[in-house]
Amino acid sequence: MAAPRMMQGNEACAAGAIAAGCRFFGGYPITPSTDIAEYMARELPRVGGVFIQMEDEIAGIAAVIGASLGGAKAMTATSGPGFSLMQENIGYAAMTEVPCVIVNVMRLGPSTGRPTSPSQGDVMQARWGSHGDHPIIALSPASVLETFELTVRAFNLSERYRTPVIVLVDEVVGHMREKVTLPRSEDVKAIDRIRPSEPPEWYKPYGSSPNDVPPLASFGSGYRYHVTGLHHDSAGFPTDRVDEVEPWARRIFRKIKGSVNHIAQYETDGVEDARTIVVAYGSVARAASEAIRVARSRRRKVGLLRLKTLWPFPTRVIGQVCREARRVIVPEMNLGQIAIEVERIAGDRKVRRVNRIDGEMITPQQILDAMEAK
Amino acid sequence: MKRGEHSAYAYLRHSKRFPHVWCPGCGIGIVMGAIIRAVDQLQLDPDHTAIISGIGCTSRMPVYMDFNTMHTTHGRALAFATGLKLARPDMHIIVVMGDGDALAIGGNHFIHAARRNIDLTSVIVNNQIYGMTGGQLSPTTPFEMRATTAPYGNIDPAFPITDLSIAAGAAFVARSTVYHSQELEKYVRTGLETRGFAVIEALSNCHTTYGRLNNLGGAVEMMRHFKQASITRKAAEKLAAEELEGRIVRGVFHHDISRKDYSTLYREIQEKAGGAELANERIDSMEMV
Ligand SMILES: Cc1ncc(C[n+]2csc(CCOP(=O)(O)OP(=O)(O)O)c2C)c(N)n1
Ligand code: SF4
Repeated sequence: MAAPRMMQGNEACAAGAIAAGCRFFGGYPITPSTDIAEYMARELPRVGGVFIQMEDEIAGIAAVIGASLGGAKAMTATSGPGFSLMQENIGYAAMTEVPCVIVNVMRLGPSTGRPTSPSQGDVMQARWGSHGDHPIIALSPASVLETFELTVRAFNLSERYRTPVIVLVDEVVGHMREKVTLPRSEDVKAIDRIRPSEPPEWYKPYGSSPNDVPPLASFGSGYRYHVTGLHHDSAGFPTDRVDEVEPWARRIFRKIKGSVNHIAQYETDGVEDARTIVVAYGSVARAASEAIRVARSRRRKVGLLRLKTLWPFPTRVIGQVCREARRVIVPEMNLGQIAIEVERIAGDRKVRRVNRIDGEMITPQQILDAMEAK
Repeated sequence: MKRGEHSAYAYLRHSKRFPHVWCPGCGIGIVMGAIIRAVDQLQLDPDHTAIISGIGCTSRMPVYMDFNTMHTTHGRALAFATGLKLARPDMHIIVVMGDGDALAIGGNHFIHAARRNIDLTSVIVNNQIYGMTGGQLSPTTPFEMRATTAPYGNIDPAFPITDLSIAAGAAFVARSTVYHSQELEKYVRTGLETRGFAVIEALSNCHTTYGRLNNLGGAVEMMRHFKQASITRKAAEKLAAEELEGRIVRGVFHHDISRKDYSTLYREIQEKAGGAELANERIDSMEMV
């Protein structure tokens, strides 16, 4: 363990990226994510990596995908307006199965909104922001240390599943300072993409493989192949054959959904015999913890399910945890983007939404009120 | 036939990729031939060469070529290429784009790639129209010419690609046409030899849309026009402005290698920061497996 120190969520994110092996950052400044770019501009050249401030976010994510195909672990960081601009190329990364990490430090939208105010308004955009059916992984940390851990995990998941991974940090977590003890870099477990071992003539960048994740060769490593956002066959060449398009689409969903138990992480606190369950994520989960502490002091049977992974949605655990409960409270700094998923599973009569879209944090009192309300 | 004997054949992908998508007589194939011959003359290692494109008829080119190839999103080829180049400064990268790809939706990336003087060789196939989508207005469609979205004639002035490139900071800027395939080949070669941002504008015929909409004839007539209407820079210098009206000026418009390219400058940053050794190790580790 390194020495404890005061650190901001955004800094922890950048430090986590470097610890995970990130060696390329391409992005465009935007509040409240800019600290990440600034950290990377300073630190990446020290570890032999590259930082570039691109001309906009579209270019930022494009450069990230290009660098990743060149074999570098790569990331970008942004906030709402920039996240909107990135969507087409996030879909390209999903389509071409190129690992990359996109951090979105969520601020209040829509549009320019309130740039320095927190929000969780981009949860559904992370899921469906890019056109067309595609799977996605999105993680959401609730503390500074967890921002470090989940950024490492984002890289590991993106490498392991050959997919873009989105880290949804809310502005509160991004900017808050906490005392943390980060693991030493040699103690961080970094996973690298599987590279091909077969001779180049046999290599199929989109071939079938166990666990549905084919090996990915870096450009310039002796494997010459084609990458395209068009539907493609196992060699990467464009195809419009229905017997190639559909199986490909099924595979990329299967590789994520089939591993939901590995990908989806959560924490529970006293959910076993709880009559009221709070399902929360990000900084709101902190308010939820406090509300639960107070409620328990009043002898209420309440439990917390805190989601660290938002997509793929942890359907099974929501079902299990919420089955016996009488009431499920979903507090969010949006109008119910995760609540709608919880309602789908737990039934909407059980679920109470607690929402805020004014750029202010949800207070423990608001959650307590929802516990007490008839 | 072997590599080094001017055989395009050796650099084409034969499995599954032909026939190509282009209309019979389209000029894009000629540009592809010029690129391949330039690569061949320089004996670039295909394993260390990448061809990156955006979206459009032109951008279908990489799929036929046996290199590391990437067909990206409309307008963004240079941004993808920038990431690859910085991650892999050891690679030669050629970026092929249509005029809309490079200068409309990708215009911002284009001027910034030139400003940075990043070591990429960009080839713009300028057919003065949007070919792939059926003949809409392009930022290089000449004044008063017709497009499906300019049915009464175009009132937008055309971007002068060479002037724009020079002003934005490109190291090498040249223009030729698909009639002058050897000249094109020479310019692509110089572009590849230039450490910095190179722009080769290749005027090309899209008889299927632009030619048809403007009664310019078929591929042969449009080719003949490139032959007859074009003039070298040298010859153009002797002519008055009004005599140059409607003429296509060919030649090298700019070649300045005094400015360091972006990868070299970033390398110096890594040295300053103390990470140059680690950068070497990283790049070496990505070499041949
Ligand atoms: C974001 C986006 N907008 C629009 C399109 C549709 N589109 C495809 S190619 C193209 C223009 C092609 O013209 P050009 O770039 O000049 O290349 P050409 O086909 O003439 O070679 C357009 C508008 C697209 N694919 N993506
Ligand atoms: S539409 Fe025009 S540019 Fe496209 S292939 Fe046909 S002739 Fe070439």
